[in-house]
Amino acid sequence: MSTAVHADVNRRDFLLVATGAVGAVGAALVAWPFVSQMNPDASVLAMATVDVDLAPIAEGQEITLKWRGNPVFVRHRGPKEIEAAKAVKMEVLRDRFARNQNLPDADEATDENRVVGGKESFLVMMGVCTHLGCVPLGNEGDYAVVEGNTKTGGWYCPCHGSQYDTAGRIRKGPAPQNLDVPKYAYLTDTKIRIG
Amino acid sequence: MSGPSSYQPKSAFAKWFHERLPIMDFVQGQALDFPTPKNLNYWWVFGAVLSVMLVLQIVTGVVLAMHYTPHVDMAFNSVEHIMRDVNYGWLLRYMHANGASMFFIAVYIHIFRGMYFGSYKAPREVLWMIGVLIYLVMMATAFMGYVLPWGQMSFWGAKVITNLFSAIPFFGDTITTWLWGGYSVDNPTLNRFFSLHFLLPFVLVGLVGLHIWALHVPGNNNPTGVNVKSSQDTVSFHPYYTMKDAFAICVFMMFFSAFTFFSPNYLGHAVNYMPANPLATPAHIVPEWYYLPFYAILRAIPDKLGGVIAMFGSILILFLLPWLDTSRVRSGTYRPIFKQIFWIFVLVCITLGFAGSGPPDNYFLSHEAAPPDEWHLTYKLVGQIATVFYFAYFFPILPLLGLLESPKPLPSSITEDVLAKQKPLVPAE
Amino acid sequence: MMKKMIKTLALTVACIGFAATAATAAGQRNAKELSYSFDGPFGTFDKGQLQRGYKVYKEVCANCHSMHLVAFRNLADKGGPGFSEKQVEALAATFTVKDGPGADGEMFDRPGLPSDRFPSPFANEQVAATANGGAVPPDLSLITKFRPGWFGTINQLINGIGGSNYVYSVLTGYEEPSEEIKKEMPEGKYYNPYFANGHFISMPPPLSDGQVTFDDGAPNKVDDMARDVSAFLAWTAEPKMEERKSMGFMVMIYLAILSTLLYFVKKKIWSDQH
Repeated sequence: MSTAVHADVNRRDFLLVATGAVGAVGAALVAWPFVSQMNPDASVLAMATVDVDLAPIAEGQEITLKWRGNPVFVRHRGPKEIEAAKAVKMEVLRDRFARNQNLPDADEATDENRVVGGKESFLVMMGVCTHLGCVPLGNEGDYAVVEGNTKTGGWYCPCHGSQYDTAGRIRKGPAPQNLDVPKYAYLTDTKIRIG
Repeated sequence: MSGPSSYQPKSAFAKWFHERLPIMDFVQGQALDFPTPKNLNYWWVFGAVLSVMLVLQIVTGVVLAMHYTPHVDMAFNSVEHIMRDVNYGWLLRYMHANGASMFFIAVYIHIFRGMYFGSYKAPREVLWMIGVLIYLVMMATAFMGYVLPWGQMSFWGAKVITNLFSAIPFFGDTITTWLWGGYSVDNPTLNRFFSLHFLLPFVLVGLVGLHIWALHVPGNNNPTGVNVKSSQDTVSFHPYYTMKDAFAICVFMMFFSAFTFFSPNYLGHAVNYMPANPLATPAHIVPEWYYLPFYAILRAIPDKLGGVIAMFGSILILFLLPWLDTSRVRSGTYRPIFKQIFWIFVLVCITLGFAGSGPPDNYFLSHEAAPPDEWHLTYKLVGQIATVFYFAYFFPILPLLGLLESPKPLPSSITEDVLAKQKPLVPAE
Repeated sequence: MMKKMIKTLALTVACIGFAATAATAAGQRNAKELSYSFDGPFGTFDKGQLQRGYKVYKEVCANCHSMHLVAFRNLADKGGPGFSEKQVEALAATFTVKDGPGADGEMFDRPGLPSDRFPSPFANEQVAATANGGAVPPDLSLITKFRPGWFGTINQLINGIGGSNYVYSVLTGYEEPSEEIKKEMPEGKYYNPYFANGHFISMPPPLSDGQVTFDDGAPNKVDDMARDVSAFLAWTAEPKMEERKSMGFMVMIYLAILSTLLYFVKKKIWSDQH
């Protein structure tokens, strides 16, 4: 008598547990599309690229263009800026990594690694401070090349005082990382494609 | 009406919270322990189905709104963007569109259930009227929702229906211009329809709350129409009806999924995949299927204002149903003549639906136009005959029927009815 | 008994309403019946057919018909023609696309990118109409969804909307009009009873045998090209069709299992009531 009741209870428990489990799995599977639809959609993910003509950018000049919603600095560096950048020893850098999307993550932040294809005259970086995202001001800060009254190169972020050197590496202030170098490639000697 | 629930807070936190917001007590009393007649059949599951569908429409609608642009130049393309680029966008869109149709299928069954079993009769008149109000808000919501993709049918359906308001004497044109926000259906109209389409479902949630509250005062009706006499007649809502409803909802989801995954555009109109063109009217302007009976009534009356009055009247007359039906017997189960009249009424409603589905001057259910002279069985004529029967049901048939009909004898209680229907018990071993 | 009779009557009337009608809206002749690989709940696209269909679109239809909802990158998407990313990049680059304004304020031309949509043959609708005798060639992205091949409530439930059949029928359905019909036919139009907007279509028969050569050497008579391009257009209208059907299958199986479990739970719970 008691075993029959016991078996009955077990069977009912199993049924309830099985149904509950199947239901829970279904609920999770149903929830996924609702969560996933907020992720970037196919049109956003599609490789949006922009081509930049370098010829009009004279030495010491910099242009800012918009790519994927963010500013990108394309700077034509002079020899003094490049020299200053190369003179910096890795040990003094807060962020030792190159942060260059065209190179492996582990590469060091040497000046060569901050450009692409050895073409050191042009520096291409995201104009987004790695602290909280403000746009740093160019030809400013303690790490610019100073000649008389003018400063050349270097960046200073007005929001919280981060300072970047002539290769866009963080030197002072709250920002944790060097300015990001996006994926880009030389289509010709005077034209690059970003993205 | 249920008494105080048996909720006992189990933990210190539960006790602390209960003293500040007794929501668990409320849930236990109104949802879990709520005494429900034990003889409810499957026609009673559609209230729960409707609640689930409302939540589903709101959730899919809110996520669709994250990707939709309510501007005439971008609306159509934003919907295609959802279908093609947004992760699972096609699924969310098809769920929302087919969900609306499922919502209406469930609401029609729910309404017909109420009409057959006399759920609108005293003391549930206000419950019934809140229900009719819910139905009206659903119609408005669905109408505006259909305009949003800005396809050919979206635009022209909006144009035809908003034009109806110009039939109102004196103020008609002012009201129509006010509705449009301009001199025709255009961007201001689309934008405000988006805003209202987002708002009304939350109004529905409020109305559903009132609807359930009004229900819980007397408690559910049941297939016999006989009142609950003692706790023997009832079972607790949980787990008896929660699990029965869960099963029914699951089966309903299969029906829903069959359309969503395998015939997602069947219940809509092909021509709505063409972007709206204010300069080119499509060959046949047809509303969505759930409006077709009212569309037939509208077209049945040759006068514009008369048609509008008849159309709205056909829904507003539902408010009067509790008083039009004079029968003292609640449930159709014990009213042999009413039963037949009721099913004829259902048939009339279905016929009205078909009558609204084709060009008024074509032969009924054919694509051939009838010559304008003489009498021919056209969509319009069938609609007119069915309209007469539709209104006749409410007046004079139901009032007279209640006075003249001899009902079958009622069981003395729900329990007696349940026992009478049970299979004879096999003596235990 | 009476109730049963009335219910049966109701059902019968409903079924009559579902009957397929031979003549369709505005005199459009029912589309020709042929089967596609993607018909039915388990149908899938034939990649080779989609690629051939794309070639027909590109070389013939795209001269007049835009397809602005499709981007080059879609050609590499799952459930589609199955081109590779490299092929798509190369293909896109063969097209010239307008972009800008540049730094000088002027629009400029550049080679296409995968993220670009298929370019339109005409700058806008007015130019399209002028170039085509007043009739605007419709955009083809969704044509198999807005042009049913046939009508009828049960017919469409069982056989679908027949959009691809419609396209196929129009492409292969040009007929020599009889003398009586010639009298009614407006200047510059052609007689095609499968056309949705009356029997006189502004588009001249666009296909001729051998017009497009396929890389895989597949047959290229008018009939073959019409099949391939109408299948391709089914994909452009519903690129997610395969995903939808496969997910639907899983969902139905899952719900059947869950319903069965819930049924037994319900029975168990109610067992003490009967």
